[in-house]
Amino acid sequence: MSKASTAPQLEGQRLNSVADLELLRQNRQEQQDPNRAEVIVCHGTGCLANGSPKVAQALKQAVAAAGLEAAVKPLIKITGCHGFCSRGPLVVIRPQGIFYQRVQPGDAEEIVEQTLKQGQTVERLLYHDPQSDELLATVEDIPFYNLQQRVVLKNIGWVDPTDIRDTILRGGYLALAKALSGMTPEQVVAEVERSGLRGRGGAGFPTGRKWRSALKAIEKKGRPVYVVCNGDEGDPGAFMDRTIMEGDPHAVIEGMIIGAFALGAEQGYIYVRAEYPVAIRHLSLAMAQARELGLLGQNILGSGFNFDIQINRGAGAFVCGESTALFTSIEGRAGEPRPKYVRSVEEGLWGRPTVLNNVETWANVPQIVEKGGEWYAGIGVPHSTGTKVFSLVGKVNNVGLVEVPMGVPLAHIVEKIGGGVPGGKPFKAVQTGGPSGGCIPYALKDTPVDYDSLTKAGSMMGSGGMIVMDERDCVVDVAAYFLKFLEEESCGKCIPCRLGLSRMREMLESFGMGQGSEEDLQDLGSLAAAIADGALCALGGSAPNPVLTTVRYFKDEYLAHINEHRCPAGVCKELITYSIDAEACTGCMTCARACPQEAISGQKKKPHVIDEAKCIRCGICLESCKFGAVLVR
Amino acid sequence: MKPAIDIDLDEIMERYPGRPESLIFLMQDVQAAFSYISPEALTLVCDYTGVPMSQAYAVATFYQSFSLEPRGEHEIKVCLGTACHLKGSQRIVDELSRRLGVDAGQTTEDLKYTLETVNCLGACALAPVVVADEDYLANVTAKKLNKLLKELSQDIEERP
Repeated sequence: MSKASTAPQLEGQRLNSVADLELLRQNRQEQQDPNRAEVIVCHGTGCLANGSPKVAQALKQAVAAAGLEAAVKPLIKITGCHGFCSRGPLVVIRPQGIFYQRVQPGDAEEIVEQTLKQGQTVERLLYHDPQSDELLATVEDIPFYNLQQRVVLKNIGWVDPTDIRDTILRGGYLALAKALSGMTPEQVVAEVERSGLRGRGGAGFPTGRKWRSALKAIEKKGRPVYVVCNGDEGDPGAFMDRTIMEGDPHAVIEGMIIGAFALGAEQGYIYVRAEYPVAIRHLSLAMAQARELGLLGQNILGSGFNFDIQINRGAGAFVCGESTALFTSIEGRAGEPRPKYVRSVEEGLWGRPTVLNNVETWANVPQIVEKGGEWYAGIGVPHSTGTKVFSLVGKVNNVGLVEVPMGVPLAHIVEKIGGGVPGGKPFKAVQTGGPSGGCIPYALKDTPVDYDSLTKAGSMMGSGGMIVMDERDCVVDVAAYFLKFLEEESCGKCIPCRLGLSRMREMLESFGMGQGSEEDLQDLGSLAAAIADGALCALGGSAPNPVLTTVRYFKDEYLAHINEHRCPAGVCKELITYSIDAEACTGCMTCARACPQEAISGQKKKPHVIDEAKCIRCGICLESCKFGAVLVR
Repeated sequence: MKPAIDIDLDEIMERYPGRPESLIFLMQDVQAAFSYISPEALTLVCDYTGVPMSQAYAVATFYQSFSLEPRGEHEIKVCLGTACHLKGSQRIVDELSRRLGVDAGQTTEDLKYTLETVNCLGACALAPVVVADEDYLANVTAKKLNKLLKELSQDIEERP
């Protein structure tokens, strides 16, 4: 893989001992002027798409034009995702922590003039808090941030992920130094066990126990053993792993090195989804810099311990997030899951003992080793310790990434941090756990968000996607959506998944067309149970969850489709009609011009009419009308 | 096969060891360089890695990012993640499919456009999202599609 040419000069330094690393950190600290202004421009996916590179460029130019480079020496720093995606592009000015949102290149000069030179804030770029109706100046003032507890995300938004020295300055590789200089591999495993950390990728298997089983497998089978990082984040609506790999790649790498030290592994693999090119670039760059400093590769920090990592790029298959399919893919074949009579810790990659953990899990390891398992176990609730990162998306005001202690109520995340649903109405349901999870209704809004409570509610933690739905979202449609997704992504190896999901999807689509009967609804339940029992891997095994939870909590809505041929949310195409409210219509003709079917007629300044026979229910008129005159029934 | 392409392919082969586990790496690099994997390229990759053609074909058809057919000059990807779905991405696919006259996953006959769908790009704050080549389009509406298609067609016309 090609290495980016922008790599910083590491002064040809190789760290030959733990003391060398500490020296480097101290040097960096001494060079750092605490009063020096840092202008941080978020380059997460959301901000990038909103044009943050242009903002960074404009800020650089404005700083140069103002002649500040010599005096204040402000630094324009590019970081990973700050999480508050719906407000991007974001700019944060430290040390004060001034938070500017929706910044455009044209704002650069004003920021430099007012804030950097005169120390004042640019009011119109500040965040307006709808709850208190106040302008909030700093990151720490904003509820979206101050209601979170950032452990895994603590470096993201602070460090430049393309410069290892920035991470080291903030305490990167401290845990590795601690493990290598004073801990036995056994002590590392015990610390992870004590932390209670459970896998952040979906099933929530205790990480320490997994490592312990691998050690037992090694006793029997000997080495090599492999450590693998699952970065094939495929759940739609989940992007926390991407953010960690892009914004703090060293946390993942350090976690893996520590894991490798505990297990005696010499080779690791990171399997990254093909759709995440920036994550691949930042990880590669981070690994190259870690190798240069002697933190990765041969004789790490002069300890005699050798370990290296290879990146495997996925090629676009959701099922490769499944452990055995992922191994098959790394081995160079089509990623089909294998039956798990023998567990991966005994027979994983290349048939060898293997520890596979997800990105967020690995990224937790350094802090557990550094601060102790007990510290970690003190966060969250007894059987779900620590924090969890969620991507809060859908019909919610504050779309973005949030990190909270396990066990906080669902409503706290959606309403307090997320700011609720646009328009102020209560949410209808929150879909958690991606295609393997389920929909939790508003009535259960106080459900604590931890592994066991979510499972009890019929959903699951999954990788941490939280999709907020409002009254305009149809549960039948969403259930069909997930089934269609999984049907397409099914590898086709086992019959329950290959045929069962198709049949389920057909049944749901027929409900969406107002067909089917209540009997079908029962059959759907027994088919779901058969698939859950019979499927080879978790893709099929958990596929019925979105259907089962929606039937459980929203049976009335299903019955409205089946018995009354009505879609209460106004989504299912076959069951809705578009019409124009003559009172509200101004006769502006915008919809008539936009309609691809020429189904809308009417004279200028007179109410328009939709010809139902011609209408294909594409919704373009609804989208184009500025007066809310297009009605859906 | 054109000689120029031959040279490029050899250069790609040299990036990885000639072993079966290099198969996916090589196919990814070929796909990236030529935007599809020709029968000649696939044969070469098989010879080099010692993988039977049947297995390489299985890999090529299993993973979404491989294409055995030439792709269009411009690739338009519609995100079908859950957040985009809730905000009407299916309508966007239908509309593009109607405009371009191809289904998702297909390329127009003139090889100008390929319409694709993807399973979540993680840009949920911008839903619904369309990615045209490398550019992200946020909060897409039919109106924005008009503009996009106009820009892309001008881009094609302006080329020598």
